[in-house]
Amino acid sequence: MSLLSTLARLQAVRSGRAEPLATVRHRHLSERPMVVVPLAAAGEAGAPLAVMLGTDREAPRLHIVPQPLNRDQRFDFLARFGADLLPYLESFADEVEHVEGTERDAGTGERTPVVRELCADAPQLIVPNTGSVQHLALIGRSTRFRRTAEDADPGPYPAPTQVPLLGRWLTHLTDRAQVPGSSLLLPMTALLSRHWATGQSHLEDQHLAALLAWHVPPAGLTGAEAAERAESERDAHGQLVRPSAGPATDPKFDELVLAPAIARHDAALAAARAAAPADAARAELLVKRAAEQLHGVLEQVLLPTWADVWQGLDLLRALPEGGHVAERWEGDRWSFTGHRDRLAAGEPPQPKQDDAVTAARKLAQREREQVRLEVQEALDDPLAMAEHRLAGEAFAGEVVAVVPEYDTSGRSAKPRPLLVVHTADRPHADAGREVHRVGAATPQRGVVAGFDPDGGTVTVRVVSGMGRRKEPEPGSLPEVGERVVFTLFELTPRQSAPLPDPEDTPWTHGGPPGAAPMSASSTEEWE
Amino acid sequence: MNVSLLGQSEPLAQRLSELRGRAPQRSLDARALAALAANPGCRRRSLLDAAGVDKGAVARQLGRPAPFGQSPFALARGNVFEARLKDDGYAALLEPLRRHLGLPEESGTALAVPDLLRRSSPAVRAERTREALAEAAADPSLWTLLDHPMLRLTVAGSPAHLEPDAVLVHGGRCTVVEIKSFPVLDGSADPAKVGAAARQAAVYVLALQETAAALAGVPAESDPYRAQELPGSPSTTVLLVCPKDFSNRPTAAAVDVRRELATTRRQLSRMTGIGQLVAALPEGTSFDLVPDEGGAPTRPAEELAAAVGSVPAAYSPDCLSTCELGFHCRAQARCSDAVDQLGRGVRGELGSIRTVGAALAAAHAGPGDGTADAEADEASARLRYAAALRAEALGRAAR
Repeated sequence: MSLLSTLARLQAVRSGRAEPLATVRHRHLSERPMVVVPLAAAGEAGAPLAVMLGTDREAPRLHIVPQPLNRDQRFDFLARFGADLLPYLESFADEVEHVEGTERDAGTGERTPVVRELCADAPQLIVPNTGSVQHLALIGRSTRFRRTAEDADPGPYPAPTQVPLLGRWLTHLTDRAQVPGSSLLLPMTALLSRHWATGQSHLEDQHLAALLAWHVPPAGLTGAEAAERAESERDAHGQLVRPSAGPATDPKFDELVLAPAIARHDAALAAARAAAPADAARAELLVKRAAEQLHGVLEQVLLPTWADVWQGLDLLRALPEGGHVAERWEGDRWSFTGHRDRLAAGEPPQPKQDDAVTAARKLAQREREQVRLEVQEALDDPLAMAEHRLAGEAFAGEVVAVVPEYDTSGRSAKPRPLLVVHTADRPHADAGREVHRVGAATPQRGVVAGFDPDGGTVTVRVVSGMGRRKEPEPGSLPEVGERVVFTLFELTPRQSAPLPDPEDTPWTHGGPPGAAPMSASSTEEWE
Repeated sequence: MNVSLLGQSEPLAQRLSELRGRAPQRSLDARALAALAANPGCRRRSLLDAAGVDKGAVARQLGRPAPFGQSPFALARGNVFEARLKDDGYAALLEPLRRHLGLPEESGTALAVPDLLRRSSPAVRAERTREALAEAAADPSLWTLLDHPMLRLTVAGSPAHLEPDAVLVHGGRCTVVEIKSFPVLDGSADPAKVGAAARQAAVYVLALQETAAALAGVPAESDPYRAQELPGSPSTTVLLVCPKDFSNRPTAAAVDVRRELATTRRQLSRMTGIGQLVAALPEGTSFDLVPDEGGAPTRPAEELAAAVGSVPAAYSPDCLSTCELGFHCRAQARCSDAVDQLGRGVRGELGSIRTVGAALAAAHAGPGDGTADAEADEASARLRYAAALRAEALGRAAR
């Protein structure tokens, strides 16, 4: 946490309201996002209990596992979840645009032009918190290797067809969520925390209802009071008025509401199985009623969070979108298109563990995206730039003098003007440091020629972005009195060195991946 | 454990019992002992734990109950997994024991599983465990599995009873076997859960060290970094048994708990210094809830709050998930405007500035209004700079 966001938190403590941490929205928001609120069964990793999802806030759809320990019912649930979610994901696969690029021929090394498909839009899943992302990742891990009746060797427990497909999509989306700045799958708590500070700690911000309480506290309450009420208020039956978004449910709910409802459903099922043919219809009715009741209690627990997520979306939509958000969303569209193509090509599911080259590539990508995200956010948002100014990594100020000077060492003279910038910032501007001007028509580099901290002036010798003539192109230099911002970091991050192909993995990194990585994973014990 | 202090602990134990009042002593289980390491600087927690006060009941009476609890599903899952391991003469548990601890295959020596009188009182069970451990350690060729032994550990002068899942004894040494129901997924498990399990196992190792020292009739080693080699001494590596992936099959991993062991020993030896905390209390302080005939507490909340308030707390937001009094201490931190309510990191950034009011005043003061304190001055100057940048970016006039 930086001092600026600490200051925002301190202000939020005083004002009793969430305080802005951004002046623009730094993440893409889809026009048709799919809100997914999953619940997990306590005690077992990745065991689903229920999920509420939909693209229409007035019409959430709920799927439940009536008995979380029963693996058949879990598969039924996953099949229904898949049948509900997959059409949404696939609806983005058909509309494509064509992008021209080049590809290096593996044999000759020549570059040949190719036209690639890029999906015009991509799906977006919004979940309540980071715990939900982890829960979806676990579901992905537990289902993507499942074999179906259509496989050559279905094994003793074949799963419905959608189940492994759902697993592969969830794995892809949760994996992509690790990439900084990506927006295919976003947790609402992280979205809100990026854009506003509350007067409580990061730990407490993980509770979506408490976090939202700082935005819209009920009349007469401060954010802190409203947040505490959201965390702990219980009704006459000892149940939380604002159930936590989980994915784990409140133990008191499990004990007093869920366990009895599950037991009733189990008993009704057992009775129906043992019923004589004459009573079968009545027994079926009892099962149906027990199932509806179970459905009802889970719906009660999920609806408040469902409403919270949509309310969070409303808050975020009120912010104007940052200038570079669309560019980063294009990366998400490439990611979606790539996965669509891998599925269409019949590639095997993502392995349990990445091979060395894939792991290195993912890591490099995340690092690169992290740098890009920081730079782009700073360019889009003065509050993000303020972080860099506070850290001495950038400075803003007014141009007080432009001194034309020339480099005459070469055949023709080149412009090397000096800019004197008056600034209140204290950059780490040692002489000779390279600086970059923000907002120049073409990328413009300079070198610090002098820094006078007492007078508050930085002298920058501009070395590029002025055209090819002896005199700088008109408009390529700021004028006296103009406000400028310079950064000490580059504005377009460098590409990292290419990684070897998987076949060329050196022995130090495990050598080329084994020929049959799938064989072990597909026979995983389930029961 | 610092044995030399035990002599003085008689009056201390009595004083602690007075603090607790008429409520039964809440014995520290391994989980509570391990949680002590979470916030060692908190005197309030140390004192209440040492006195065996039921912090959950105190928090309820103060109007801010802890939201803790365990789901019946989680309990059921844990029990099912453990029962499955112990089914059929421990068949499933033996496989990881063979692989990691060198237990021989069925042929030859059999595994002895002595009866540890599980239905008896803790004191009897602890005595029986000592006997069984002595017996098992006496013959190095024997393989003995102690199923749910009962161990005693002296904490702040009073005994705590601890129950590990299992202890395997062979060759005069024993190894703690801890069974957990969180999975090892593709070879790795949730580090937070493994950490908690390791801290818990370290408490068992400590109790076994004390037991072994008592059996040998020597004082327990007080240096946390030196292990005693006595018959029945525990190994400082414990065996963690968990479900593999999404199945119910066990997989095991050896976990070195030396670091957790040293931390726990340090914490516990500090708890014996609880006398100083007790001495600093105002006369007549008590955490008694004064239950009526039905057991409902009648102590007025303000009076209880004053008693709790007489021991300083070191609140940080982590407390909300580890300590029953977390919500109460948070409310106090908010009332006193302390910056601790925003997290530990914030305190580091603000230097010697301790309250929200002071921080905001520093942020919006003019230059030169600062105090003489150089450290506070530097923090104030940075805050002022940050406030100016923030106001500029938000298009507001700097206040």
